[in-house]
Amino acid sequence: MNALFLAPVLFAFTMVMVIPFFLGIYYSMTDFNGVRTDLTFVGLKNYETMFSDPLFLHSFLVTVEYTVINVIFVNVVAFALSLMVTSNLKGRNFLRAGFFVPNLIGGIVLGYIWQFVFNNVITQTAASLGLNFLTKSLISNKDTVIWAMSLVNVWQYAGYIMMIYVAAIQGIPANLMEAASVDGANYWTRLTKILIPMMASSFTITTFLTLTNSFKQFDLNMSLTNGGPAGMYMMKAVKTSELLALNIYNTAITKNMWGDGQARAVIFFIVLVCISLVQVAINKRKEVEM
Amino acid sequence: MQATTAATSSRPVSMRRKVLNWVKVIFAFLLFLLFMVPFILVVMNSAKTAQEISLSPVTAPSNWGQLITNVVNVINNPNFSYFSAFLDSAIITVSSLAVIVLCSSMAAWILVRNKTWWSTLIFMTLVASMVVPFQVVMLPLVQWLRIAGDFIGIKLNGTYGGIILCYLGFGCAMSVFIFHGFIKGIPLELEEAADIDGCSRAATFFRIVLPLLQPTAVTVLILNGIWIWNDYLLPLLVLGSSGQVQTLPLAVSMFAGSYIKQWDLILTSTLLTMLPVIILFLFAQRYIIKGMVEGSIK
Repeated sequence: MNALFLAPVLFAFTMVMVIPFFLGIYYSMTDFNGVRTDLTFVGLKNYETMFSDPLFLHSFLVTVEYTVINVIFVNVVAFALSLMVTSNLKGRNFLRAGFFVPNLIGGIVLGYIWQFVFNNVITQTAASLGLNFLTKSLISNKDTVIWAMSLVNVWQYAGYIMMIYVAAIQGIPANLMEAASVDGANYWTRLTKILIPMMASSFTITTFLTLTNSFKQFDLNMSLTNGGPAGMYMMKAVKTSELLALNIYNTAITKNMWGDGQARAVIFFIVLVCISLVQVAINKRKEVEM
Repeated sequence: MQATTAATSSRPVSMRRKVLNWVKVIFAFLLFLLFMVPFILVVMNSAKTAQEISLSPVTAPSNWGQLITNVVNVINNPNFSYFSAFLDSAIITVSSLAVIVLCSSMAAWILVRNKTWWSTLIFMTLVASMVVPFQVVMLPLVQWLRIAGDFIGIKLNGTYGGIILCYLGFGCAMSVFIFHGFIKGIPLELEEAADIDGCSRAATFFRIVLPLLQPTAVTVLILNGIWIWNDYLLPLLVLGSSGQVQTLPLAVSMFAGSYIKQWDLILTSTLLTMLPVIILFLFAQRYIIKGMVEGSIK
């Protein structure tokens, strides 16, 4: 009886998570190319070549940059929106739903829509208004492409994070804020001394979500820029907006270097686990201080 | 009530407050409009010809009838089989959700009601697996499904069965976790009473426990449903970009890849892809927002 009820979940979980996970560690030490079945064991060679490949190192740095930008801006925008839609405002439920909508659409579809916005709408509008600095598309300029991608991510994700903040704000007893108000605390004092400390645990969640979400970004990256435009890094041609997830995919699938791709995926996993553990630990300590 | 508002609004302080309130409302709705701009652009440009778009992407279309023409063009385009992709997406999403809800709740119930070393081990393994990003298992998964499929004689790559198995495997950890949290709160006396009345263990679950799980099941359905419907990378790897079974995200990306810069066609195809989700959201807005927020907090 027990075994029967557990069987479907355990079977599927073992088939798609457990076995591939350990198989992946093995593949990362072989010269697997996705087709051949006679694999040669190469030890840690794939890990060594990865760290001397400018494409990978560049992807790594860009992903860190993209993640930092997004953790800051998604949370700031989402927090501001949540303050707005919890204040005594007409049509606030309508607004909440509206800000949430982009989050329901898949990254692939949004990528194509924003490609149109960046390449056609903004450039043409800028040209007709005589704004010369905007006539070059923001996603074909290597200095702005990461910011353009972040803008789309903030637009897509802020509404979701906003709803988490809204839930936290609504969980704060109303009489607490009223009492402070009666005691003469102004809006800023109430915000920094009561609201934000009371919401501390939700900041841990939202930071974790935005951090892992941007670090793992793939769909949007693929359909919006597909890694472009080209740039130079360590004297080698690189794709300036190719994030780690896309780099792993391109290494394995496009270049048929599955062993190398898998080694990158293992490092990707280790880094992701480390930074999320550090982040949660730091936030938890801050929660206590507050 | 009215008398008091009239009396207070005559005072200059609340007059200022009223103006401030209106400024706030106007600002909020302008911000809202800004958020909606990409969607407005999609709708507007889906009703234009390619020439009109290249002339100006921001003006209103001269003839809204063009929208129908574009939709018909896209639907009849041999490179974008909208209805079959929609049907495949629906079949995959609905069957995966049914399997996930049923199997995860069964497993969660066993794990809650048996406090032994193996139930703790299974539960902890599931929870730990939630931090594993898909990229780590995706390549070996494709290869393993090939090997396992050959071995058991059932094709797992490119079939409904294969991808539904994947969605159960990747979706069960979070779903078991959410059900686990809820089942812990169900009083054991309820099940003991059923037992005394002669209910078998399985019948106790299906008749007593499962109906109680309804609100939690909604959360699980929404969290998994939005993910599965929009998922791109797993179908790309397991179904392939030119296989028999195609989901909507796969179909759109193939279509956009073969008609680069033909925005009248691409934007219309994105509009057709977004429409089902937006319509569902309009009807089930409250549940969707609640489900997604609760799922993330747990």
